[in-house]
Amino acid sequence: MQHILRQIARTGIVTEAYPEADESLRATTERLQREVLAAFDGALVIRHVDAGSCNGCELEIHAANNPYHNLEGLGIRFAASPRHADLLLVTGPVSRHMEEALKRTYDAMPAPKLVVAIGDCGCTGGVFGESYASRGRVSNVIPVDVAVPGCPPTPVAIMQGILTAIARAR
Amino acid sequence: MRLADLPFPFESAPGPAAVGFAEVTADQWQATAGRLRSAGATLVALWAADRRDLHDGFEIRAAYALEDGLACLRLPLPAEAPDYPDLGRHFPAAGRMQRAAFDLTGVAPLDPADGRPWLRHGAWPAGAHPLRRDVVARSVWPAVADDYTFVSVSGDGVHEIPVGPVHAGTIEPGHFRFSVVGERVLRLEARLGYKHKGIEKRFESMSLDEGVALAGRVSGDSTVAFAWAYAMAVEQLSGATIPPRAAALRAMLLERERVANHLGDLGALGNDAGFAFGLAQFSRLKEDWLRLNARFWGHRYLMDRIVPGGLTDDLDDAHLPVLARQVHDLADEVVRLRRIYDDHAGLQDRLRGCGVVSNDLAQRLGLTGLAARASGMAVDLRVGRAVPPYDGLDVRCATRSEGDVAARAAVRFEEVAESLRLIGLLAETLPDGPTRVAVPSARQGACGIGRVEGWRGEVLVFVEAGADERIRRCHPHDPSWQNWPLLEHAILGNIVPDFPLINKSFNLSYSGVDL
Ligand code: SF4
Repeated sequence: MQHILRQIARTGIVTEAYPEADESLRATTERLQREVLAAFDGALVIRHVDAGSCNGCELEIHAANNPYHNLEGLGIRFAASPRHADLLLVTGPVSRHMEEALKRTYDAMPAPKLVVAIGDCGCTGGVFGESYASRGRVSNVIPVDVAVPGCPPTPVAIMQGILTAIARAR
Repeated sequence: MRLADLPFPFESAPGPAAVGFAEVTADQWQATAGRLRSAGATLVALWAADRRDLHDGFEIRAAYALEDGLACLRLPLPAEAPDYPDLGRHFPAAGRMQRAAFDLTGVAPLDPADGRPWLRHGAWPAGAHPLRRDVVARSVWPAVADDYTFVSVSGDGVHEIPVGPVHAGTIEPGHFRFSVVGERVLRLEARLGYKHKGIEKRFESMSLDEGVALAGRVSGDSTVAFAWAYAMAVEQLSGATIPPRAAALRAMLLERERVANHLGDLGALGNDAGFAFGLAQFSRLKEDWLRLNARFWGHRYLMDRIVPGGLTDDLDDAHLPVLARQVHDLADEVVRLRRIYDDHAGLQDRLRGCGVVSNDLAQRLGLTGLAARASGMAVDLRVGRAVPPYDGLDVRCATRSEGDVAARAAVRFEEVAESLRLIGLLAETLPDGPTRVAVPSARQGACGIGRVEGWRGEVLVFVEAGADERIRRCHPHDPSWQNWPLLEHAILGNIVPDFPLINKSFNLSYSGVDL
């Protein structure tokens, strides 16, 4: 226990305090917090669906939850069920084998059903494109509010995408 | 067993990778599988190709790891009846690869133990095979009913828990069917293929140069390993030799990828056992690590840095002391955290004895990579006969004998330490010189195979050149093919709530096998 406490004390609070944390992160988190507070009473719930990614975009969604970016600290939480979700994050081109599951997840969400497509694949189909197995961009399958380019987009870009979707919904 | 012990001639590929190609008859195909099995060789990958446009029917290929290199056997098959002797009876890992090869090309094993589709769900009908040359990539078939039959378990009090394809967290999609009594798992059957997005077909529309970007996106968390294996294959088939500095820099990237993934998994393992402190600490370290990648290489996950012939950019020598300092500091942090993990009774209680894969089972089913090392198999391509720069680094292979979640965590801890040592050593001894050479043009029909010890295990990429520097066939192989079936064994007798922990301890790729 004493090792754990010592390690916690040594680490301190790293959120935003990292010397290289960029200005865009600070600006993004402040605005995110304001908007979540105003539009969603301080608690936004996200459901993520991987519709066929290479798994690179997932790494950055995880990173958005690390202590530096601390998404949860802004009142933004990931839920297991689409029925609890305000916003759907979709990664990957939509594979034909995931098309049905993605549509069902979308249908199960309550309004306002915000959708943020993540990554070049979500925006355009990316390097995989459209084929016998891939429907390409997410908006070919469900309505998309915001698409975040990047391969993969950085955690800050993902946070900005979420912010844009919320701000638009207001 | 060595390549020379096999009763047919090999054409050995140029370059450091020790790859031999041989053409065999159906009898040799079958007899060799039996001999290799009893000699302890392993099946690394299996794939098929349509060659009817060359009046050459079809082909099936199998790549085996022998003591002194890789043996790639090619069995030509007639266009009218492209059947071949089943390898599943000798190498259980062949089962799913054969099913995938059939779905894509229609090339079928004779009398296999399991003849169900694998990659084909509802996107194309039975009888259609999208990787055949006469099928255009953008073909769209009307969706067909997906009526996969799971193996069912019956008995008093047995019930099924279906999970997925969409999972509860930020996880790739796949379906797991648990048969349980109370909380105890009697059987687990995984069904994958949800992410199939036509990667192999896509390769065939690309040039040899373009293909590396797609190879680096077969499994994003292993982008360096796949890009390197792809580049190695192209260099081999075109006879290019990369400069020593390029080899050293590639190894530095590969070790950085290994460290990043192990840090992430060690945190996630803590979290799945209720120890959120571990997740916070390790994800902080991982973020620092990724930021340095972005600063020195321009990409957090090091995508698109490796290309056939070398690397896109050189590393500024002024960065080397910073790298050396970072590995030194991180090594200290990881030692401290390991002590905390090891001393935490509650955590150890969850990790030890959980999800055991015995050494015997691992050998029998062909487990590979870090999971194999945690079950006492000393397999690591970086050790022994290795490609440069690993041949001069004296890499220490981390092994454990217990085969449980704790052992897979321990192997990760040890590999982080070893990779940090290697990065430090590479930074200290980085050769001068160019980081990229021109790749000579490739002869049509030339083949190459790259093999790289990625963080999960052996990544293999096969490339065959077509006309005009195009890709005729490319098959990328992720080690998850071998390891997914073992997960189904590791869970047996454990309770359902331990599944996330056991699953995470393997952390297999879905994208890498769904292709
Ligand atoms: S955008 Fe890039 S990182 Fe994201 S899924 Fe597509 S290929 Fe992978």
